[in-house]
Amino acid sequence: MSEPVSALNAAAFDGLAHVQEAGLHGMITLRGDHADADFAQAVADVAGVAMPDQREVVSGGDTSLIWMSPDELLLLCPYAEAGETVTKLTEALGDTHALAVDVSDARVVFTLTGTHIRDVIAKLAPVDMSPAAFRPGMVRRTRFAQVAAAVWLRDDETAQIICFRSVAPYMFALLCNAATPGTEVGIF
Amino acid sequence: MLILECPYCGVHAEETELHGGGEAHLTRHGPESSDQDFEGYLFQRENPRGVHFERWRHVHGCGKWFHAARCTATLEVFGTYSAQTSEPPQHIRDRISAKRPGWSWRELA
Amino acid sequence: MSTRLATGGRLTDRTKQMKFRFNGQQMRGVEGDTLASALLANGQLMMGRSFKYHRPRGPVASGSEEPNALVNLGQGARFEPNQRATTTELFDGLVAASQNHWPSLQFDVGAINTHLSRFLPAGFYYKMFIHPRPLWKHVYEPFIRRSAGLGAAPDAETVDADTYEHFYTFTDVLVLGGGVAGLQAALTAARSGAQVLLLEQNAHWGGRTPVDGGEIDGKPAEQWIKDTVQALEAMGNVTLRSRTMGAGVYDHGYVLGYERLTDHAPETPGPRHRLWRIRAQQIVTATGAIERPLSFAGNDVPGVLLASAIRDYVVNYGVSIGDRTVVVTNNDDAYRTAICLHGHGLNVPVIIDARMQGGGALMAQAEALGIRVLKGKAIAKVKGTRKVTAVEICDQAGEGAVLETIPCDAVAMSGGWSPVVHLWSHCGGKLSWDEGNAFFRPDLSRAPTSHDGAPFVIPAGSANGYIQLKDTLADATTAGSSAATAAGHQPKVGTLPQVAPREEAAMLPVWLMPQGANVKLRSKAWLDFQNDVKVSDIQLAAQEGYESVEHAKRYTTLGMATDQGKLSNINGLATLSAALGEAIPSVGTTTFRPPYTPISMGSIAGQARGDIFQPVRETPLHGWHEAHGVHWEPVGQWRRPYSFVQQDETVEQSVNREVKAARDSLGLLDASTLGKIVVKGPDAGKFLDMLYTNMMSTLPVGKCRYGLMCNENGFLMDDGVVARMSDDTWLCHTTTGGAERIHAHMEEWLQTEWWDWQVYCANVTEQYAQIAVVGPNARKLLEKLGGMDVSRETLPFMQWAAGTLGGFPVRIFRISFSGELSYEIAVPASQGLALWERLHAEGAEWNATPYGTEALHILRAEKGFIMIGDETDGTVIPQDLGLGWAISKKKADYIGKRAQARSHMTDPTRWQLVGLETVDGSVLPDGALAVASGTNANGQRHTQGRVTSTYHSPTLNRGIAMGLVLNGPDRMGEVLEFTKLDGTTIPTKIVNAVFLDPEGEKQNV
Repeated sequence: MSEPVSALNAAAFDGLAHVQEAGLHGMITLRGDHADADFAQAVADVAGVAMPDQREVVSGGDTSLIWMSPDELLLLCPYAEAGETVTKLTEALGDTHALAVDVSDARVVFTLTGTHIRDVIAKLAPVDMSPAAFRPGMVRRTRFAQVAAAVWLRDDETAQIICFRSVAPYMFALLCNAATPGTEVGIF
Repeated sequence: MLILECPYCGVHAEETELHGGGEAHLTRHGPESSDQDFEGYLFQRENPRGVHFERWRHVHGCGKWFHAARCTATLEVFGTYSAQTSEPPQHIRDRISAKRPGWSWRELA
Repeated sequence: MSTRLATGGRLTDRTKQMKFRFNGQQMRGVEGDTLASALLANGQLMMGRSFKYHRPRGPVASGSEEPNALVNLGQGARFEPNQRATTTELFDGLVAASQNHWPSLQFDVGAINTHLSRFLPAGFYYKMFIHPRPLWKHVYEPFIRRSAGLGAAPDAETVDADTYEHFYTFTDVLVLGGGVAGLQAALTAARSGAQVLLLEQNAHWGGRTPVDGGEIDGKPAEQWIKDTVQALEAMGNVTLRSRTMGAGVYDHGYVLGYERLTDHAPETPGPRHRLWRIRAQQIVTATGAIERPLSFAGNDVPGVLLASAIRDYVVNYGVSIGDRTVVVTNNDDAYRTAICLHGHGLNVPVIIDARMQGGGALMAQAEALGIRVLKGKAIAKVKGTRKVTAVEICDQAGEGAVLETIPCDAVAMSGGWSPVVHLWSHCGGKLSWDEGNAFFRPDLSRAPTSHDGAPFVIPAGSANGYIQLKDTLADATTAGSSAATAAGHQPKVGTLPQVAPREEAAMLPVWLMPQGANVKLRSKAWLDFQNDVKVSDIQLAAQEGYESVEHAKRYTTLGMATDQGKLSNINGLATLSAALGEAIPSVGTTTFRPPYTPISMGSIAGQARGDIFQPVRETPLHGWHEAHGVHWEPVGQWRRPYSFVQQDETVEQSVNREVKAARDSLGLLDASTLGKIVVKGPDAGKFLDMLYTNMMSTLPVGKCRYGLMCNENGFLMDDGVVARMSDDTWLCHTTTGGAERIHAHMEEWLQTEWWDWQVYCANVTEQYAQIAVVGPNARKLLEKLGGMDVSRETLPFMQWAAGTLGGFPVRIFRISFSGELSYEIAVPASQGLALWERLHAEGAEWNATPYGTEALHILRAEKGFIMIGDETDGTVIPQDLGLGWAISKKKADYIGKRAQARSHMTDPTRWQLVGLETVDGSVLPDGALAVASGTNANGQRHTQGRVTSTYHSPTLNRGIAMGLVLNGPDRMGEVLEFTKLDGTTIPTKIVNAVFLDPEGEKQNV
């Protein structure tokens, strides 16, 4: 087996914020009714973290569960564990109507860090990025300029952005452009 | 530019995050249907000035289809609701009746 | 002559001198100047020529309503035409040039039009250029094109040196306008705790109140403004932005704000303009009011300005327009200009007041200063061409008989004030006519409404028709309070700013001066300065039947210039009303449309230029392709290799080489872009049976089946191979670029029609790099990599297997789009490049050749395989393509089945797919039509078929094509004539669409 390579091989940029292609992450798309107790139990058991509420992210250790829709979650884990985790999930889910599929290579994760991350995001996404409206632990699926993306805040100075792998160069260029030094808006 | 609240994820999404899907509550007519029924299903659409029921998809978001009741003249939104229904729920209809007494749409009023 | 006064200029700093160039001439200004004030300080009153008659023009205003003083600004990569000198802040090194003249501003050949104006009335173009028709293309259109436009177009090859960006923001209350009303409204709203965003288009706060003077809360207005701005800046819930214009108000509280960051300092790093995309719960429009010109003959001569503008230039910039200024007015406000000029030691020979009774306290003050006031009088005519030399005075009540001529070099005119109602009106706010003030004001009972049906725009201050300072501030307080309440906050009741009331006499509506002006005077009385529309033009339009204000506007071009009629609309409307004998409100206004003043194209584009103009989707092998001579083909947003061109090769030779390699030995294709959608659940089989025309529920695990997908109209929309992964899971392959569309199609049916079916799907397209290994040596290569049994027996055609190939975790699909022995290998994307390189290295002994989309197309066409988008165009059903075998007869229903039973779909004369071979072996043109005998009603030849795909086949060394032909399958061997672009035809034989290996022996080995 060869060494897997992430879309942009951990490319980085320093500007208004630090933009970092965050390397390979294990990502599992989970489809299932969150309201179904069997589903919720199986997922929480395997993930080791609680089920997130609407538009929330619950993290613990290396694992995060991201609320994507009432019947979709994204499970983040170390890249090397994704395959095994899918197997465990599939076993734990048993006969429950659900779908667990490895999408680690289908998507790319970017990390934005710094005091101006809200400026950078608000230049690209039609989302209220004020600290009162968008807080750490919240996730928003939206668009960044012309492509679909999900964004959440790990803390007030760290944002993570997920998009499709094929548009990783576009997303990286977008984020770098929006983080051009000297372009802070100064409103947040 | 419209804002509609997605009833599935609760986001107040602006129009650029949404995809319009045309008239709501069509009844699908399949292989055994009459020409007239099929024509109505495939081609005949309401084009009201006023109360209208539409399908929208939160495409740059949770990906869910939903229904919206709104006024095409003023862009007032009476409410959004589940896609998994073949007619607008009573609370939406009541809200429209309060705001637009005497409204009608297809066989609804 | 205009000049800089010895002292004064509240916005300027005379210790900071700046150099700039105008029409090549070096000039000096000071910090704080606008380009207009600096030009005036240099004695440059004339700044441009009007559009139609090329009349000499100076500024008429001092702000964004300016119609005349437009310049070409900047040079090279920063050149921009039609910039208003009155709002262009001066900076050191500024370069500007005047517009619309040749050879020079001073002497302009085009000015001949002013002498021909009798022959160029309203509607001239429509009347003149309509006949004779043939002259349009070669005479009229080139002539109109040459004379069209004011400023020069930027050089087409030059790239804008600046950058631009968008910014999304949300607020409770948005206040547009930073005059005293905006400040007071913002302060009131902010005290409630609401989030407030306050935008001001100019660099300075306070609007025109500091010029007009007065006291607020016992201190000079200027001090009050300073204090209020400070108070707002200290509040954590308030954001203030100057140099940011509220450009437009749209549905559901959406507002565009146009921030000019570096226009006043072009070398500053960072974006030049930022377009704020704002969502506000409530919007306060504190946009002020604009003074109206008076319509008298010669009101466009340089030196005739709005009274308020003359005052602005003196007070704000220490610049005078002339030494002797005649003031002409129908209201009290213009007296302030006379008093101001007098106070700066300048001469006001006379104030001409159209009102028989004259004015109130301000008139008394002017008279006390010794200024002569004439009541009930008017200007009959301004004398002078390039500058004012004198005015002729007459009775306002008469027809223009001259009573007296007064020499002067400037005229300050005031026809009253109009609230700036644009932003109120953009999203549907209605207006009512205020008889007493003779202006339109917002009708609060008919406000623009938002998503909840409630009003979301609140006008404040003079924008709401409250012109007096005391009323302005009181109204702004109400507006700020109402906005906060409507945005869900509890306003705190504070004390109203205290302002002493001022007695002013009522204004007199004056739409023409003198009221009975004869036609000669009327045809020199300008309404729209930039587009040269005069009182006589509007009257002509009315006479010719253009009674609707919208028609009269377009017929005369009134208000259609870059200033959008900020000065001309009300005067033009009143003139039209008078001509029609109707009341002004019953004639109505034209529509106010965003933006308020023009905004840059760059700001609209924002960041979307260069690399990020639009997304380009890249496969995991993209970088390898780039390094190996790729010619790209855009397929949707994807970039796919068209061909890999080697040195000393043409693209055509390269394509032929790639086809032959795949046919004869070994080809490798990057198939990663093919859509891959997982469909799982107890009802997944039933669901797929509805989506595809054929039966997918019966597909055994481990096997693959080619399927067709139609829309509910019956038309073929996608095709691809479906693989059964397990008992309840299928993997559906879609066309390149089809993945998102088909995934959305699936979700739509699942969510909106069959929501009780237990099916989940997921788009896993990008999880895998997919590589097609194609050709007679394909199996040998895979066997060399080792790890999986890929023999005919274990992995026959149309089966798939999962395993480890050469150390890579893969799925291998034994499918073929080339007719050759072929394996499509899916590997996690992050290992795609490694596998691709490995296949090349290990395949070298068989001359492993990467091939692109053109070779792919030829390979499939040689086999008669259809391509979505070539053989289909949204009107083609599978039955047209001889694909009846892929339509299940057993199924009661599938999407499109009912539509395919409609009479037009079952018509036996629908064109059917066949192969086509030219008799001479040449390649048919793409899209060529087969002609039939006879012609249609338009004299065009009847047709009986068309080409859908056409290529040179390197394998057969001749042209091959596919096409849809009337009764085609029944006409094998018949020769038809297909059109060429030169009008001739090519004899072409109808053949079987499968040109190669009709039994499929090669792919089945």
